[in-house]
Amino acid sequence: MYEFDYHHPDSVAAAIALRAGAADGSYLAGGMTLLPTLKQRLASPSDLIDLAGVTGLTGIEVTADRVTIGAMTRHAEVAASEQIKGSIPALAFLASQIGDTQVRNRGTLGGSVANSDPSADYPAAVIGLGATLQTDHRTIAAEDYFQDLFQTALEEGELIRSIAFPIPRRAAYRKFPNPASRYAVVGVFVAQFAAGVRVGVTGAGPCAFRPAEFEAALNQRLDPAALDDVVIDHDRFNSDMHASAEYRGNLLRVMARRAVADLLAQPA
Amino acid sequence: MKVSLTVNERPVEADLPANTLLSDLIRGHLGLTGTHVGCDTSQCGACTVHLNGRAVKSCTILAAQAQGAAVTTIEGIGAPGNLHPMQAAFQDAHGLQCGFCTPGMIMAAIDLVQNAGPLDETKVREGLEGNLCRCTGYHNIVKAVLSAAERL
Ligand SMILES: Cc1cc2nc3c(=O)[nH]c(=O)nc-3n(C[C@H](O)[C@H](O)[C@H](O)COP(=O)(O)OP(=O)(O)OC[C@H]3O[C@@H](n4cnc5c(N)ncnc54)[C@H](O)[C@@H]3O)c2cc1C
Ligand code: FES
Ligand code: FES
Repeated sequence: MYEFDYHHPDSVAAAIALRAGAADGSYLAGGMTLLPTLKQRLASPSDLIDLAGVTGLTGIEVTADRVTIGAMTRHAEVAASEQIKGSIPALAFLASQIGDTQVRNRGTLGGSVANSDPSADYPAAVIGLGATLQTDHRTIAAEDYFQDLFQTALEEGELIRSIAFPIPRRAAYRKFPNPASRYAVVGVFVAQFAAGVRVGVTGAGPCAFRPAEFEAALNQRLDPAALDDVVIDHDRFNSDMHASAEYRGNLLRVMARRAVADLLAQPA
Repeated sequence: MKVSLTVNERPVEADLPANTLLSDLIRGHLGLTGTHVGCDTSQCGACTVHLNGRAVKSCTILAAQAQGAAVTTIEGIGAPGNLHPMQAAFQDAHGLQCGFCTPGMIMAAIDLVQNAGPLDETKVREGLEGNLCRCTGYHNIVKAVLSAAERL
């Protein structure tokens, strides 16, 4: 690891000011992505601004129509939360499938969504549920947030405070985990709202997205078989040592079918 | 920078470069070499310790992030002649061969037994996904954790 200065501010304003004053600053949340990157000397920030002591970034709040989760809330807390299990159980389940126990004890919602790894799990729920990100100075809709490989709508120094997830009637998440890292080779989040079905996909493309053809088919008929004949354009899908683009296209259909079946198994 | 925390219930104060990992503080500065470092990629879990009672990978947390925390290492849970029930179970069930992964396995397994509710074989295997063992094939590790869960 290269050298850096470490800061632990206690307010959002102080964190923003430290970040703005640093030559090349970086926020530190759970460190489960950032620290491995630093250990491999793939980045050399001048300053790390630890968000762990910043007030107002943790906690889970459930109202009639949404679940709002603070950016510094750890994956393990989301997975174990009775409030989330009672309102969006698929979201608690998704969190329980991230990495391993030790990673879930440190990694955070905000860090995962800020990083926007193409195989990260949370982005599938953020886009599948149509969540809204609250940053230090504005709100961002999920549709506008994910832009390209590791590219989001976040501006330099912008800090995610919390994410609000609309509560669907029913939802389900299925992923095909990479057997070594447990990141999603492909993950699919399916949510049924009064207004229709939404689908969020991670792992397949450069960032999380909604497959319009799947949503159209499921809005006609909410049944796994409705996806059998949908044509999947895998041209822009990721291709790497773990899976070809074509295989990811197939996994997308298989995971989506399983998620729809899980969703239908829940009471309407 | 100055860091103060407790390690195995003993207060520790140290003045360290900001980029010191918790595993380096534990092994290098405190000489508690029971915590092992087996990889560079945050995947093997050999470095697992408890931070405020929960299992974390000490190679993927800065010492500075543990400011004010209570850290427990393998040395803090038992001693020769006075083994922790989890250590005894690993011994009885032949849950180790070379022993490199064992301190991390035991710390992760104690978190699992304390925090994961009722356990069965599947839950133990899932709960130890963050710990790799090159020797045992995991089978006896799972047996050890299940038998310790009954005793704890
Ligand atoms: C072995 C292993 C397995 C894993 N498996 C999975 C998996 O299966 N699925 C999965 O989804 N993830 C997985 N992860 C990643 C894990 O979920 C991380 O927690 C996550 O990617 C990053 O969250 P963090 O809190 O650790 O962020 P950090 O690593 O601290 O930060 C990541 C980035 O986000 C920025 N950032 C952090 N918080 C904010 C904020 N509030 N506002 C703005 N920017 C911010 C940081 O500056 C940094 O650039 C794995 C990690 C490891 C080590
Ligand atoms: S040494 Fe920490 S996970 Fe391998
Ligand atoms: S006993 Fe050798 S690595 Fe597990």
